[in-house]
Amino acid sequence: MGKMVTLTIDGQVISVPQGMLIVDAAKKAGIDIPVFCYHPKMEPVGMCRMCLVEVGRPVIDRTTGQPILEADGTPKIQFGPKLETACTTPVSEGMVVRTQTQVVAEARRGIIEFLLTSHPLDCPICDKGGECPLQNLTMAYGPGESRFQYEDKMHLAKHVPLGELIYLDRERCILCGRCVRFQSNVADDPVIAFSQRGRALQIVTFSEPGFDSYFSGNTTDICPVGALTTADFRFGARPWEMIPTASICPHCPVGCNLTLNVRREAAAGGREVIKRVMPRQNEWVNEIWICDKGRFGYHYTESPERLRQPLVRKNGRLEPATWEEALAFAAEGLRERSGVVALAGGRLSNEDFFNLYQVVTARQGRAVLYSTMAGGDYVQRYGLSGDANLAGLGKGDAVLVVATDLHEEAPLWWLRVKQAAERGATLIVANARPTKLERYAAHVIRYAYSEVLEKVQSLLAGESPEAQALAKATNLVIFFGQEGLSLEASEALATMLARLLVQNGQAERPLSGLVAVWPHANTQGGWEIGFRPDPDLAHTLATAGAVWVAAADPAGDDPILAQALEKAGFVIVQDLFLTETARRADVVFPVQAFTEREGTWTSGERRVQRFYPAVPELENTRPDFMIVAQVADHLGIPLVGRSASRVFDELARALPAFAGLSYTRLAEVVEQWPLVGRGDLYYGGTVYENTQGLGVRLARMSAGAELSEWPAVEIAPAPADDALYLVPVVRLYDQGQTLVPSHLLQQRMARAALYLAPATAAQLGVQTGERVEVSAGEWAETLTVYVDANVPVKAGLVPRSTGVPLRQPLWVRAQRAVLEPQP
Amino acid sequence: MSEYLILRHRAIPGLERLPVYLEHQGFAAFKKAVMELPPAQVIQMVKDSGLRGRGGAGFPTGLKWSFLPNDLWPHYVVANADESEPGTFKDREIMESNPFQFLEGLMIAAYAVQANVAYIYIRGEYWHIARWLDQKIAELEQAGLLGERLFGTDYSLRIYTHLGAGAYICGEETALLESLEGKLGQPRLRPPFPATAGLYNRPTVVNNVETLANVPLIVLNGPAWYHNYGTDKSPGTKVFSLSGCVNRPGNYELPFGVTFRELIFEHGGGVPEGRTLKAVMTAGASSVLIPMDESVLDTPMDYESLNKFGGSLGSASVIVLDDSVNMAWLTQKTVNFFKHESCGKCTPCREGTYWMNRLAERIVRGKAGLREVELLYQVARQMQGKCLCALGEFSTLAVVSSIDRFRADFEAVVTKEPIYG
Ligand SMILES: Cc1cc2nc3c(=O)[nH]c(=O)nc-3n(C[C@H](O)[C@H](O)[C@H](O)COP(=O)(O)O)c2cc1C
Ligand code: SF4
Ligand code: SF4
Ligand code: SF4
Ligand code: FES
Repeated sequence: MGKMVTLTIDGQVISVPQGMLIVDAAKKAGIDIPVFCYHPKMEPVGMCRMCLVEVGRPVIDRTTGQPILEADGTPKIQFGPKLETACTTPVSEGMVVRTQTQVVAEARRGIIEFLLTSHPLDCPICDKGGECPLQNLTMAYGPGESRFQYEDKMHLAKHVPLGELIYLDRERCILCGRCVRFQSNVADDPVIAFSQRGRALQIVTFSEPGFDSYFSGNTTDICPVGALTTADFRFGARPWEMIPTASICPHCPVGCNLTLNVRREAAAGGREVIKRVMPRQNEWVNEIWICDKGRFGYHYTESPERLRQPLVRKNGRLEPATWEEALAFAAEGLRERSGVVALAGGRLSNEDFFNLYQVVTARQGRAVLYSTMAGGDYVQRYGLSGDANLAGLGKGDAVLVVATDLHEEAPLWWLRVKQAAERGATLIVANARPTKLERYAAHVIRYAYSEVLEKVQSLLAGESPEAQALAKATNLVIFFGQEGLSLEASEALATMLARLLVQNGQAERPLSGLVAVWPHANTQGGWEIGFRPDPDLAHTLATAGAVWVAAADPAGDDPILAQALEKAGFVIVQDLFLTETARRADVVFPVQAFTEREGTWTSGERRVQRFYPAVPELENTRPDFMIVAQVADHLGIPLVGRSASRVFDELARALPAFAGLSYTRLAEVVEQWPLVGRGDLYYGGTVYENTQGLGVRLARMSAGAELSEWPAVEIAPAPADDALYLVPVVRLYDQGQTLVPSHLLQQRMARAALYLAPATAAQLGVQTGERVEVSAGEWAETLTVYVDANVPVKAGLVPRSTGVPLRQPLWVRAQRAVLEPQP
Repeated sequence: MSEYLILRHRAIPGLERLPVYLEHQGFAAFKKAVMELPPAQVIQMVKDSGLRGRGGAGFPTGLKWSFLPNDLWPHYVVANADESEPGTFKDREIMESNPFQFLEGLMIAAYAVQANVAYIYIRGEYWHIARWLDQKIAELEQAGLLGERLFGTDYSLRIYTHLGAGAYICGEETALLESLEGKLGQPRLRPPFPATAGLYNRPTVVNNVETLANVPLIVLNGPAWYHNYGTDKSPGTKVFSLSGCVNRPGNYELPFGVTFRELIFEHGGGVPEGRTLKAVMTAGASSVLIPMDESVLDTPMDYESLNKFGGSLGSASVIVLDDSVNMAWLTQKTVNFFKHESCGKCTPCREGTYWMNRLAERIVRGKAGLREVELLYQVARQMQGKCLCALGEFSTLAVVSSIDRFRADFEAVVTKEPIYG
């Protein structure tokens, strides 16, 4: 801990770390200094001048270096001729700050009066009204009446689309620059900026599409007025009408803490509906930010396509059935057959996974994780531990990012890794192609997809500068993904990376470890509970007596799996939608969305976090864990199924990693810095403070025996000289079922396409927009080409979840597709 | 004026040509510095000379140079040729007619702080001067006076000109640096000062053109010689830009300490048509209005003496106002200028200049009463002490001083004779 400095604010003597700004020191002391442009997560700029206070400093005798004392023995304090901005002035020893004097009050009144001169004061129709810093500070410090003449007001455009996601109201903007600074300094997408000068100063965007950033929604939280609003929420509701519910983002393994704002709505037939998704502070996970997928990607929960009725196959057709019928039918199907395979996806909660695991093991079946990536067991043993927070990484530490594009796959991790690099941590990024994270990297390791394992292995040898940087790091955090890897190769990768931590002596340190960049929010939870991916899934499915699918759509993803499923004896599906898999099922159970139920997820950093029910369930749906328990009940297997909390307590009893945890412990909070919340929206923004749980990181499992040699995996060599390595890559906005209903993002969603290097395209004789047929054996697809210089040669990138049945990389033959001549 | 230190071209025809400049000891100072004087000694000479910045604030130049930390590189030197203060036109004459003396000063400054790159930030309207300086720079490079490994030493220097885009605020040194970096021209927070975190966050000296033009003679003739001119605390000469109600407006190079009377009457030829002198502004639009009387006329013009009128010398652009000028009109003109030039970064200046301009317009059009005059005064007072940079403060000076000192002019326009119907 650095040096402490003692100062007096409004008579209160406090000690704070050296370098702290007056505004933050006051905040710590419970004294609110009003601010507009200052934000505790960003460097101060001193633009709005709202935070002016009186600052006095001890007078130092030049000869002795000692403070000059007053007659009464107290140090003589000299106040400057001008007020000072509390947001830009660091504290100093013996400083005296006054925030409650007449001069300060007059300054505040003056600044508010200035800010309101051309402000439209349309609070009654403003989205921010009710949670608006300008409104609140005007009530607290403003003059009450303006001396500005009404006809002198500037009238500016009120509905300026900065792209289709965020709208700007130029009249309301008080030009505090928070949005611009957030985009430049925090998100590093400097796509909005100030233009013009003086009273003509305005915010503009110059990207295509407008405001092109995955973090754009955060600017609407920190904008101190109603100038920035999301297209999703604007004019949707008043802040005071909405009820907040704590939740967790379902979209990626980061596990950002959310608050769902809910209101009863006539348009929804009097039902309670989600009006908007807001970040909830968790300094260990997402700080106070979320990405736009988390913010706008909740609409699938209210899709009209949701299943609302159990279905049972009768005479070859799926027919609506009652719950009782469907449960009995499912149990019957299972009872008659041996060899049950549970196939579960990372959208399930820990409780769902746990119950499912209990049933299939009781029936001597197998628990299969629907995933093409391995390594979760290594994360259990070599993950981060204890209270470790990525924010603690800095000089002397290192971060290694392998085979993943964090910006697309887990935006908040991207942000936090970037920040670690900015604090001085050595960032090493290894991928076959450039990714956005490389801007901050000290070292970039580039490889051909087929060489990834050799490259990583060479890091173990300790010769290269990268290897040495890793070896000498105090803490080493490794993020690994699956780009370009088969399941087997990703297993080998995880083993090597674990070995790296052990070899470097970092494995025991809390702030060191493996983090798996899974495709889903709770894939790690599946590993913790005992689900494992299957390298030969098609065979397993085809030979299973019964398959119990939950939160997975193998048939929709891959025709080969669809065929395999047809061969399975009996198929049970639990899902939100009538997926391709559900269409092939014998019984289909409609499940509840995460907004309608409670439960826990385990993030990629192994933090177990609770989400709470925000809206009533869609009628006739049930949570997954309950469905499983009810089927089990018919089979005579007693399982807890009434409440998630009781399942969780069971789970905590059964699994060593969860030992000592309880549902209530997950709901505990501690004071976080910066202090944000509804009390003073002007300081942190409209982010919600966390009152319902920071979650708990699972204990590291003991490493057990020596790390085995990694399996000798060879990535298949090119079958022919002109073969193309087709690699599925993740785009944040894909066409997955949990995102497509968020129509707002439609224009930005990835489409089925084949991205090729210019050289590869030239070889094939194609240009952007033309089509190429790719094939391997029976597998064949025709895709539209995009030529992109960032694609490695001999590779073809295909965005995942865009309808192309490609789950793992594949060598293909490629040829230009000849269009049928038009008749 | 018997002797020119800065406007030497007025005495030496053709000084803007390199051969002529060389004939008159041109670049002797630079050569001497680079070949014989350690950088620290050059800085000491400038310190000892007492040279103060001519850009407005009068900050001791040598002291400024000595602030650059020697553990952070590279260093930069930037010549401030933005010359945007209304009524200031001295840098233009220097650059047009005595360009080499300015460039040599810039080069010595660069050597003194061991900068290998120097920039000249010129206001956009002076594009022709930028082109002219580019030619001069090319000539210097050809003559081996500028470039790599000068005079066989390890020292190298390049100079580049950079055009502004027409913003007064870009004369403020930190906004200038932002603009030079290609960003929106808005002032930075200070501290850190440019001396420690300037261009591209590196230690940087920013000096006015005229300041730099003083340097060669100081290095050549020594600091003591420099004290032969001017006053004790403000040594040297100053180029006064004289404008407004005078018979002979123009640049006058005079030693510091010269009185208003001498400048306006002896050099400027007095007020036209025998009208009565009413007031002066000494720092262009950024001035308080100093009502004129005999005692003021005898005040010496230097950095200290004007304090007693609540004013400052600034860039010494002296605008003379006679009794034909209504101060309400003048106030409206200045306020309009500042409204136009406010960068908009901070609230009081952005909103305050806009508001003051509206009020002042209304006042001069006879659409307002004394209440608005009082309000204008209040708004200006409400801005004072709260702005991020000096521009906002400047914008209030004429307002407050004119209403304080020339209230009758305001009463006249609001009650009797609006200036624009
Ligand atoms: C609003 C404003 C405008 C300024 N304009 C100029 C200018 O046009 N030229 C100039 O040399 N200095 C100008 N200055 C002063 C510079 O900020 C800086 O003090 C000066 O360039 C330093 O050089 P000096 O030490 O040689 O005077 C301006 C300052 C302010 C606040
Ligand atoms: S839009 Fe909001 S955050 Fe951005 S400058 Fe305006 S008021 Fe500030
Ligand atoms: S980063 Fe991941 S968890 Fe966070 S909001 Fe985005 S998708 Fe959700
Ligand atoms: S005082 Fe005026 S010019 Fe200076 S920063 Fe503020 S708005 Fe810009
Ligand atoms: S100037 Fe301090 S909060 Fe804006």
